[in-house]
Amino acid sequence: MSTAVSTQLLDVLSGAILLTAVLTLWRRDLASIIRLVTIQGVLIAGLALLLGVDEHSTELYLAALGVLILKAVILPTILRRVLRDSGEVRETAPLVNVTASLLAAAALTLLAYVLSGPLVALAPSAATRALPVGIAVVLLGFFMLVTRRRALSQVIGFLLLDNGITTTAFLATSGVPLVVELGVSLDVLLVVLVLQIVAARMRMAFGSTDLDGLNGLRD
Amino acid sequence: MSTQDTVISVAAALVQVALIVVGAPYLTGLMRQVRARIEGRAGPGVGQPVRDLRKLLHKEATRPEGTSVVFIAAPLILMASSIFLAAVIPFVSTVAAVGGVSDLFAVVAILLLGTVSLALAGLDTGTAFGGIGASREVTIIALVEPTILLAIFALSVRVGSSDLTDIVAGTLASPAQVLSPASLLAAVAFAVVIIAEAGRLPVDNPSTHLELTMVHEAMVLEYSGRDLAMVELAASMRLALLLGLGVNLFAPWGVATSLTPLALLLGVVMLIVKVALVGVALAVFEVFMAKLRLFRVPELLAGSLLFALLAVVASYFLT
Repeated sequence: MSTAVSTQLLDVLSGAILLTAVLTLWRRDLASIIRLVTIQGVLIAGLALLLGVDEHSTELYLAALGVLILKAVILPTILRRVLRDSGEVRETAPLVNVTASLLAAAALTLLAYVLSGPLVALAPSAATRALPVGIAVVLLGFFMLVTRRRALSQVIGFLLLDNGITTTAFLATSGVPLVVELGVSLDVLLVVLVLQIVAARMRMAFGSTDLDGLNGLRD
Repeated sequence: MSTQDTVISVAAALVQVALIVVGAPYLTGLMRQVRARIEGRAGPGVGQPVRDLRKLLHKEATRPEGTSVVFIAAPLILMASSIFLAAVIPFVSTVAAVGGVSDLFAVVAILLLGTVSLALAGLDTGTAFGGIGASREVTIIALVEPTILLAIFALSVRVGSSDLTDIVAGTLASPAQVLSPASLLAAVAFAVVIIAEAGRLPVDNPSTHLELTMVHEAMVLEYSGRDLAMVELAASMRLALLLGLGVNLFAPWGVATSLTPLALLLGVVMLIVKVALVGVALAVFEVFMAKLRLFRVPELLAGSLLFALLAVVASYFLT
């Protein structure tokens, strides 16, 4: 593949990853948020595949396959099951309303751009120049974790955070060693499973997964 | 530039103005007709807005008691700003008749001038509807104007100039840029902005006078006769201007880069075809849309502002 084509593909993929992260903040419908996270997983796998083709690295192909299976198949399946069991179809009352979240997302993206400036300057290439995308997705994930009330939205915020870290790793170092990647992926899977159980317990105890219900003590 | 070139470029600018002034009502008519057909109505025909305008022009303009010069001046300012924009935006050729005026910031400011004068006129009437319309319009415009600026700015980054003619010429010179992430994001943001600025569904419904929802119609409720004709014509022109600007920024094929008559003719034909296509697409899109609740509109506009900002950021870090 010629450099120009692969650079353009890389740009389109990174742009799309950022776009899906932003759209998860925009949508209220939890089912479509899960769909967006799935798409983001596919895009990240595509990014790994593209870098693998560029560097002729089998390890990156395997990483791409692993990312695809975990982020686009297993995790969305678990999330969909949580959604079906909970019966809450919308993020009703985020702590920060959607308009303000979108404006905050704009500010966070700029922040990511400023933060990654020195990193990009270390080794400028097409992949590292897209580094702000990864960092922006991390920041957006944090933002979603902090401002959403439903347990499911918070899990998705956590996944966004992890997707951001994976993207940053791929863009900055063309992929961490497969062992590390595997370890991180298993960690994420475990966290999501634990959170699923926690959400189920919360629903049994409180009737909803509004995490603010955990703030007060009661008899 | 030789005298002959100057004459031709002035002629090209006049052609643009004539095209927009004459074509805009037909564009509105075309969009209404497409909508009517899809909804299963016969429709009044493409020429109906023109007939309406002719009828209104023969009628006397009444003015509400107590209105000031603001009310009288607003249609004139709106019309003048639209005609000016029709002359300077590179619709048909990238060789500007009046150099340096088609700057992005100047164009957006003049676009805003028309909107603000109409909002002031709405306030000037002192009626409840005028006030509601003006307040809603200003709420929308506060997010729309920065979005237009940012969306076009994202395109201007790679050209290195904020002049619209340079941006269009730059995109013509390297067509691959049309598919860059920056350009795609900016296109989405710009599409939302066109819909909001021109008062189309789902932001505003141009075909109703329902007090719960109307924005543009509420501001111009007190106009009649010649003044109403001017406001209506200017509104159609602004839609045509925005659509034309949109297609030329994101798909500038066919725009003349030289001043030969043949290239100019091709430019005119391509502009008509492209704007008509986008207009029809917008009309079809509107059929399937419901009016957005007014309080949800800022959300949509904040989203488009974010898209435009991402476009600018992306044009810096994604080559």
